[in-house]
Amino acid sequence: MSASAQVDAAALADTRQGRYWLDRESVLGPVLLLPAVIYIIALVGIPLVLAVLYSLSDVTIGDQSIDFVGLKNFRDALDNTTFRTALQNTFVFTIVSQAVVLVLANILALVLSADFHGKRLVRFLVLLPWTTPIALGVLGWLWTLDNVYSPIDYLMRQAGLLGVGSPLGPDWFGTNSLWLAYPDRARLSVLIVHVWRTLPLATVILLAGLTAIPQDVKDAANVDGAGFFRQLFAIRIPLLLPIMAVAVLYGIVFTFTDLIVVFILTRGGPFDSTQVLATWAYFKGIEGGSLGQGAAIALFLFPVLVGVAALMLRIAKRAETV
Amino acid sequence: MTETARRLQEDGKRASQAVGEVPASLAVPMPVSPTAAPVWDDAANERARRQAQVRRVATRGLLYVTATFFALFAALPFGWMIFTVFKQNSDLYDPNRNPFLYNEPPTLNNITYLFERTEYATFARNTFIVAVLVVLITLIGAVPAAYSLSRLAGKWGEGLGIAIFLVYLVPPTLLFIPLSRVVADLGLRNTWWAMVLVYPTFTIPFCTWLLMGFFKSIPRDIEEQAMVDGYSRLGAIWRTVLPVSLPGLLTVVVFSFALTMHEFVYALAFVTSSQQKTISVGVTTELIRGDVFFWQSLMAAAAIVAIPIALLYNLFLDRFIAGFTLGAVKG
Repeated sequence: MSASAQVDAAALADTRQGRYWLDRESVLGPVLLLPAVIYIIALVGIPLVLAVLYSLSDVTIGDQSIDFVGLKNFRDALDNTTFRTALQNTFVFTIVSQAVVLVLANILALVLSADFHGKRLVRFLVLLPWTTPIALGVLGWLWTLDNVYSPIDYLMRQAGLLGVGSPLGPDWFGTNSLWLAYPDRARLSVLIVHVWRTLPLATVILLAGLTAIPQDVKDAANVDGAGFFRQLFAIRIPLLLPIMAVAVLYGIVFTFTDLIVVFILTRGGPFDSTQVLATWAYFKGIEGGSLGQGAAIALFLFPVLVGVAALMLRIAKRAETV
Repeated sequence: MTETARRLQEDGKRASQAVGEVPASLAVPMPVSPTAAPVWDDAANERARRQAQVRRVATRGLLYVTATFFALFAALPFGWMIFTVFKQNSDLYDPNRNPFLYNEPPTLNNITYLFERTEYATFARNTFIVAVLVVLITLIGAVPAAYSLSRLAGKWGEGLGIAIFLVYLVPPTLLFIPLSRVVADLGLRNTWWAMVLVYPTFTIPFCTWLLMGFFKSIPRDIEEQAMVDGYSRLGAIWRTVLPVSLPGLLTVVVFSFALTMHEFVYALAFVTSSQQKTISVGVTTELIRGDVFFWQSLMAAAAIVAIPIALLYNLFLDRFIAGFTLGAVKG
């Protein structure tokens, strides 16, 4: 039997039964959507509600019954100095790292939009922090910043920057920098790793925006004799503004809610000086067993996330109508 | 300057180059007419040309320096990781030695140690099983949803699609505490099944969004034609839309797989028994504890997974980015 004959037979069978009720778009649409929506409601929607319930109750890993205690968990959290450090760190890490990323990503996107030898290799290397599992990359940093064997310290020793009488100041008297043992240096390390980790995504998003600037706009600017900086400020930045916003918003979400960098690099130490909301929620809620406390701490992430989501919605809506 | 004059001038230059050591100023041919450009003007041109060349070389130089700087910064921990893997203990743990050299011959012992004396192989197997199952669940959830939103939902499809995408941004750190209860209630605590259950909460939203963009780029004619030929809507999707979307489906497979390998928070919160751990958590919690850090094996454990995933990711990069830009880039 030929292929067309088969099709005809199938067609006949269909007409005999009448069209499936499933074929009506008003039925099929929701039916196809249902599995995904049920999944999301069951494992994102309900847990979100649970998180709120937990934060208002005294639930622990040992005693899972939900007895409401009002805002006690939030009050307890705010009374704790470590929590206040964590809250402050979360904001500082996010704001500072994303400001740096915004500048660096613009430079890097400009570099990658040019043609040069070895560009593919550079692109591969530059993207590594994003394309590899974060935990493993941060593990690489943990070894690179090791208290005794850090190669950075070796270079600094060779350059005479470490030891008694170091030009960097009296704090650098030892044979090692102890990057993760001093609060200030540990915070700096966390910041640098955050920049390192969020730079690639911001760069590729900006790069996508750069390549989408219409050629005739660039040509017109060249014909009019606009120099590099004129083109940068009059064309590139204004045209890239929405896409820059998208890049920064991702960066904010990923830095603000991150647990991995601090957890692996410092475990919140030294003396809880690098705790962030996510790690503190983990230590209180999971390791400490006080689910209610942990849920309350994690919920402090929520307002910022809602703000980011609203901005993203606006950008996506605008992109749709353009 | 007339066209003839310019040609003559060029001929003169070429001739002077052929002769060799003639200085540029002498190579200028005699003016063709008394009104032609005087000699000093030509020297100015020459200077401008040199300046432009210097600027071009400087720009290129700056480009290469910047590119190298960023590449080194990004690759630093990975480069150091790979360099460490092959070091012998006596070489590595001697702070007086130059860490940038192999002071003793490189060795593969650290890699054999990883596979024979640690549970790395178990972590790898768990990760692989979880990833395959998560990919399957993601396909089952995301493909129909994306089709429905891009083809059948009409006006509100796009809005709902964005809403689903935003679920991707709900971070594990907000959900892991209540989800640990859900997982425990389902009897999945401390098994990798917990991850199979929970990971699709972030893969389905992102992949639905990716596939929506893909389905929209396929002309409606192809399934309408198939329906005219007598197939039901589902039959038409199965026989025409899905085969055409194969690259999109492959993207979804790779992305879900990669996200599974990347995930850390849920795995950390749900699983404590080392037998059930996946690579990112197993390596960082099981191999790192104890009195001695086996840094070379640890770094091998990280690099063996990280580099192949990076290569895989790069193949599909442009499609992932198309998803991330939220349609704010018209390509």
